[in-house]
Amino acid sequence: MVNDLKTYFQTEDGVVKAVDGITFTLAKGETLGIVGESGSGKSVTNLSIMRLIPEPPGKIVNGDIRFDGIDVRALSIDDVRRIRGKRMAMIFQDPMTSLNPFLKISTQLMEVTELHLGHTKEQARRHAIKMLETVGIPDAKNRIDGYPHEFSGGMRQRVMIAMALSCDPELLIADEPTTALDVTIQAQILELIKDLKARMGTSVILITHDLGVVAGMTNKIIVMYAGKVFEQAPTRELFATPANPYTKGLLKSVPDPAHEEGTELYQIPGLPPDVAHLPPGCPFSPRCERAENVCHREFPPFVQINENHWSLCHFAKEVYAESMRERTAPNVTEAQIELNPLA
Amino acid sequence: MLSYIIRRLIIIIPMALLVVTVTWILIRMAPGSFYSSEKKLPPAVEANIKKKYGLDKPVLQQYGILMGNIVRGDFGDSLKYEGQSVNEIIRRHFPYSATIGILAYLLALAVGLTAGIVAALKQNSAFDYGSMSLAMLGLSVPNFVLGPILVLIFSLWLFWLPPARWGGASSLILPVITLSAIYAAYIARLTRAGMLEVMRSDYIRTARAKGLSEWKVLLKHAVRGGLIPVVSFTGPALAALLAGAVVVEKVFAIPGLGNIFIQSIFNRDEPLTLGIVAFLSILIMVFNLLVDVSYAFLDPRIRYE
Repeated sequence: MVNDLKTYFQTEDGVVKAVDGITFTLAKGETLGIVGESGSGKSVTNLSIMRLIPEPPGKIVNGDIRFDGIDVRALSIDDVRRIRGKRMAMIFQDPMTSLNPFLKISTQLMEVTELHLGHTKEQARRHAIKMLETVGIPDAKNRIDGYPHEFSGGMRQRVMIAMALSCDPELLIADEPTTALDVTIQAQILELIKDLKARMGTSVILITHDLGVVAGMTNKIIVMYAGKVFEQAPTRELFATPANPYTKGLLKSVPDPAHEEGTELYQIPGLPPDVAHLPPGCPFSPRCERAENVCHREFPPFVQINENHWSLCHFAKEVYAESMRERTAPNVTEAQIELNPLA
Repeated sequence: MLSYIIRRLIIIIPMALLVVTVTWILIRMAPGSFYSSEKKLPPAVEANIKKKYGLDKPVLQQYGILMGNIVRGDFGDSLKYEGQSVNEIIRRHFPYSATIGILAYLLALAVGLTAGIVAALKQNSAFDYGSMSLAMLGLSVPNFVLGPILVLIFSLWLFWLPPARWGGASSLILPVITLSAIYAAYIARLTRAGMLEVMRSDYIRTARAKGLSEWKVLLKHAVRGGLIPVVSFTGPALAALLAGAVVVEKVFAIPGLGNIFIQSIFNRDEPLTLGIVAFLSILIMVFNLLVDVSYAFLDPRIRYE
């Protein structure tokens, strides 16, 4: 459970509010998707949960991070280390650079269980081979003594997953696990995470900028923009009836070959803002199609649409109503979910 | 790997001969010779001497004879120190240079690596600024300044250590410190930069996310990558240190190879100069080879065929 987390960075440009108030709960076995453009604070949120924010310049200035009742922010760094890699583990974006190029795969895998489970070298090795087999690396017995550069990108990400799951963690944070991989491998890796999650009952936080990825994988979604939560809802509801213009923009910009052949791709106009110099009012207002005067002047309220659905917008209710109306008409968004091979 | 090393070793021989040739041409091009001094020799005596050393023959023939001898490992006798062969002189004086050189090298490594690693870990701390300022100073102060200053303080004011000459461990302290200062400073800066670079990398974040202690992250995951730039520097540095530090040997009156080398040039002692040049060039090439081989051990991505 994360409550009103704020992580700021002190830079030469002033204070950057990389994450500015994010709240969510994740039950056992559930999957949460965090979606947003680059720089929206997705990764910082999760590095904060792992207490991996480099301090200085970064600092968690506010909020509660509770992991199975443990107050993560209050832990000493040694206690955090006992949790890291054992009870919560992380998969990073770029498998090409996230493995140590100087050490054998076996060394990198074995050190986790030697540390957390007290394995002897022999136990750790057997366990590591088993993990590599679990994530689908052929000939694991022999390949375990290879170095990372002898593996392809997809295979390295499998190694990363094997490493993250080797202590059977309760929480797995996957930070854009498929961004650096090509599309066919992406699907395989996502299937693998989904499959392992079902088997081990792990809770997953999936960070991505790809809505197609979260659609089939997650129970609920948080949409982030400029360090703020813009919309938070169960996955189906968010796709069917988004209550935020930014979410609608994101959904519209997913290309749909069946319905839009030959038409121009939609894109949200403009660029994400510089988080160090946010304008007053809604951070999305300069790019928003339905922005009115109030949007440029005043920071929007976090409106509760229903029990589990929240949206940060002056016109959240109106946007929601609009989505409800569109839903009855033939719906492009709905079609996309069905088309997605992972859904 | 083995065939690569053998090939590199074989290449050393023609390379050393090339270096010797260029040196020989330069010596011959310079005006004057061993026999031209203020005291003019009678022509008959000069002709006799030239005949004895084969200097009356055509230049190309002289070169041929010289190379023939060198390939057999015979650099002839020194002109200045009569009756002593060049090989003998090198063998006698090299140990002095090597002793000081190896000690200075070890000191530079110990000080430089420690300072660099700690400075990188505690980036922007007082230690970081202090040690890096000191390193900058070490790089900027030439050893012919540092040496006399140390002598002034520790020998002439405090009477703790002998100011010069060879004899006993205490006489080694000042020259070794003087010689190692610049290398320690350079190694410290390289280590700090290399470690900082690596500590920012993704795989260090992965190691931390595993829950490893900061020491384990450092020693097991970061050191190898961080030290590669240091290794490229320390190989040739060791060769240079072993070869004798001309200035430091001069300042502390140590009968090392560097001192002899400079003397041989002043004396126009052609065989001795050529012999030392050949010896040093082989030394440097061997250490470069060692550096290249050690890369392969440090970084599994590097393979030689």
